[in-house]
Amino acid sequence: MVSLSVNGMLVKVPEGTTILDAAKKMNFRIPTLCQHDDLCVAGNCRVCVVEQLGAKSLVAACAVPVSEGMQILTNSLKVRSARKHIIELLLSEHNADCTKCYKNGMCELQNLSNEFAVGDHIFIDLNTIKEYTIDRFSPSIQKDDSKCIRCQRCVRTCEQLQGVNALTVAFKGDQQRITTFEDLSMAEVICTNCGQCINRCPTGALVERTYLDEVWDAILDPTKHVVVQTAPAVRVGLGEELGFEPGKRVTGQMVAALKRLGFDSVLDTDFTADLTIMEEGTELLTRLKRALVDKDSDVALPMTTSCSPGWVKFIEHTFPEYLPNVSSCKSPQQMFGALAKTYYADVRKLDPKDIVSVSIMPCTAKKYEANRPEMRSSGYKDVDYVLTTRELARMIKQAGVDFNMLKEDKYDSIMGASSGAGVIFGATGGVMEAALRTAYEIVTGREVPFENLNITPVRGMEGVRQASVLIEDCKEEWSFLNGVELKCAVAHGLVNARELMDGVKSGEINVHFIEVMACPGGCLGGGGQPIPTNEEIRRKRTEAIYAEDMSMEVRKSHENPEIISIYKEFLGEPLGHKSHELLHTHYTERVRY
Amino acid sequence: MSSQHVKRVDLIFEKIECRDVLKKIVDMEPDAISQEILDSDLKGRGGAGFPTGLKWRFAAKEKESIKYIICNADEGEPGTFKDREILDQVPGKVFCGMAIAGKAIGAKMGYVYLRGEYKFLIPKLNKELIEFHKTMDEFNQNFRIQIRLGSGAYICGEESALFESMEGKRGEPRNKPPYPTTSGLFGKPTVINNVETLVHTVMIMNYGAAHFRELGTKDSRGSKVFSISGDTPKAGIYELELGMTVDEFVNDFGDGDTKAVQVGGASGFCVPRKKFDETIIGFEGVPTGGSMKLFNSSRSMYNVLHNYLDFFTEESCGQCTPCRVGCQQLLKGVEAVKQGEKNSKYLDELVKLAKTMKRASKCGLGQSVGNAFGSIVENFKEEIIY
Repeated sequence: MVSLSVNGMLVKVPEGTTILDAAKKMNFRIPTLCQHDDLCVAGNCRVCVVEQLGAKSLVAACAVPVSEGMQILTNSLKVRSARKHIIELLLSEHNADCTKCYKNGMCELQNLSNEFAVGDHIFIDLNTIKEYTIDRFSPSIQKDDSKCIRCQRCVRTCEQLQGVNALTVAFKGDQQRITTFEDLSMAEVICTNCGQCINRCPTGALVERTYLDEVWDAILDPTKHVVVQTAPAVRVGLGEELGFEPGKRVTGQMVAALKRLGFDSVLDTDFTADLTIMEEGTELLTRLKRALVDKDSDVALPMTTSCSPGWVKFIEHTFPEYLPNVSSCKSPQQMFGALAKTYYADVRKLDPKDIVSVSIMPCTAKKYEANRPEMRSSGYKDVDYVLTTRELARMIKQAGVDFNMLKEDKYDSIMGASSGAGVIFGATGGVMEAALRTAYEIVTGREVPFENLNITPVRGMEGVRQASVLIEDCKEEWSFLNGVELKCAVAHGLVNARELMDGVKSGEINVHFIEVMACPGGCLGGGGQPIPTNEEIRRKRTEAIYAEDMSMEVRKSHENPEIISIYKEFLGEPLGHKSHELLHTHYTERVRY
Repeated sequence: MSSQHVKRVDLIFEKIECRDVLKKIVDMEPDAISQEILDSDLKGRGGAGFPTGLKWRFAAKEKESIKYIICNADEGEPGTFKDREILDQVPGKVFCGMAIAGKAIGAKMGYVYLRGEYKFLIPKLNKELIEFHKTMDEFNQNFRIQIRLGSGAYICGEESALFESMEGKRGEPRNKPPYPTTSGLFGKPTVINNVETLVHTVMIMNYGAAHFRELGTKDSRGSKVFSISGDTPKAGIYELELGMTVDEFVNDFGDGDTKAVQVGGASGFCVPRKKFDETIIGFEGVPTGGSMKLFNSSRSMYNVLHNYLDFFTEESCGQCTPCRVGCQQLLKGVEAVKQGEKNSKYLDELVKLAKTMKRASKCGLGQSVGNAFGSIVENFKEEIIY
């Protein structure tokens, strides 16, 4: 333990603690901008400078570890004047047209400016001198350099959490800025659209491309039938944007709010998550059969999941040689879109051209996915507009719906019923768990041998996890699997996905089935989820996801009654002709920069 | 005339047998080497003036098996060109100094980080390296040296930015602590010394610490190589005893009309005529990495300041706010005052800003912009405003 004094008060903290954390322990909050709990220390914004008695200059509280006998002042005259200067400097370089900014009211720089009552603007406005362009080419992410404060959180996110390195620092001095390879647009580079940079941008420099107006126009157009689907992770995140603590489940209120916004039908992506399990589980078993029974050396194993569009784009860029290993299943969002304009239209006797399909996603990559040219198997654009959890919260506020007072409501039918297995798609390891619950039962006729169906070995926050299930006493048609130890691996966060794939490539990791979610924690930590995010918040959302699962009557995808009926009435069988037409897709090799 | 001369010294460029020095140190205890350097009171000649012996001792104490010696030859301070000359004239002594440092801290590998523009020196240095490595083999020493080339960024002369650059990354200074002697190149204990410092260590090991201490003052022992430029009839490189006043210096090197001397380059201080007498060139007064630039009455100090600010605005790495934006504000600010867009009181705001930059910047670059700015604005306010 190290003892030091903060503003004259003595404190003992473990060695290695930063001044910032030591001060926090004494209930002194030191302002920060470049610091983020998920990222390594940068120490470059200098907003957190404090006075260390005896030191020549001020020190960055986020970057300097405590030392014995250190005397720290967090609010001395020197600190105050430096801090105010630094905020003034940032503002002089920043496009401070706050009232017209998407992040107005949610901007960390704006908050600091407010806190330090920076009003006199002593310095010369540098922002108007420089020529900035706004990159709007990506369907997911909008990058506006005029609002960038060079904290490099996005760069560190892209490098350390995602291992993508689409964003980087370029040039120096007054020309220094955050950009991409060869200054190309975000749409042309290796960017996976995961939006993790958006989650950590303190200002409005990186935000999602918003489609709010388009969705309102559709809702308010009487000739359109607007269906909305909600992803599993949205229900455990939305509350944070509307005044609830992290970890609050608001499924019923969210459904009620969506109905009040004027959507004609409020449906659930969890339904197609269950459908994904049927298709993907069957695909895995088919691949295993080809490998084990037919001894087909062309079969690509391990098979990986395909529901995370950030992951799909990542593998297209970085491991194109493994594209045959990616499950051909569309993501639940796109399965939903394809069915909304076919199956749903049939049953509800609607002309698909009049249907507008909207999805609410914890994700920004879903915006890109919906715009992929191959995602038109209904004959129309399968999913017309994708909104993030944050955008939905904004819609609810715009419509004046008093969210806190809403009574819980239920999803409409058809395509509104789901199982607990569909819900856990929102957490890392969830797709794996859902698939095992179904596949194991199909093969053996028995439930998975885990208490309450909770396959805990695939759960958790470790970056790469491996687990296995021994398959015994199979049904006759699956007897070739008798004695097979089904091995699986799970990764979340693309930096971990890269590690996993490198392991597969080198032969170190030898498994049958891989689940990858592009975002830390899975979809619940997605790029479209409420800001801020950190490990604690993601843990609470995870707990909420598993609680939601436990609260469901149906816990297994194949027992979802609407799944049973869609196969009976429309699809026939998993991997059948109609499935291939509507629910499966293909992938494209992409550039490596 | 000769009474007006500042004392010339000939240590750095003195041709000596390096192998004799190396022969002497191979049998010495590492700590005895550090002690000798410590006894000499040698301070770093790059400008910051950290006691060299202490730096070596810190690195020697580290328990890592891999350690590095780096010769900082990224001489980029405007007006400094003495390291180029040293490398050109006595490269063997530079390598010898690195070997001494290596022996003192237990490093097997040394790198010369050479300024990109000094590429022309490489053939010569490589030739000398072959000889050096032969001598090392002869003495059964496995210390090896390689040369690395910079790419033209001023900031890469900052030690931690230099490490980043050598590691193949963007040259941006790191947070300190940890200091290089604990975690430097590739995270290993590293001693990084200026070219001239290393040559001084050779001479100290050759003639003894006491010999070195005979020259200079209590705070600034020994001699120093100066790069003298500007309005002087005697521009060039001179090794002078430390401890002279600016007045003595100007009497020797001035053109009779000197109104100011910029000591230490763009990141140094501007000394006006009225303070020549009271200002000592050295660590007790104004320290310098070697650059001495003389200005006569034909020069506009506004232009001088503008030039420096322009330089820093471009050469800041851009990562930390006070330096990146502060430099731009100082530059635009003096322009606005000169053009009458801001009144003269605005200069006071800028002086305060320069103080913040000094206190809050991440590295030495941002921390020293205020030196030139403060001293020029304070002493030549009228030239800035009118």
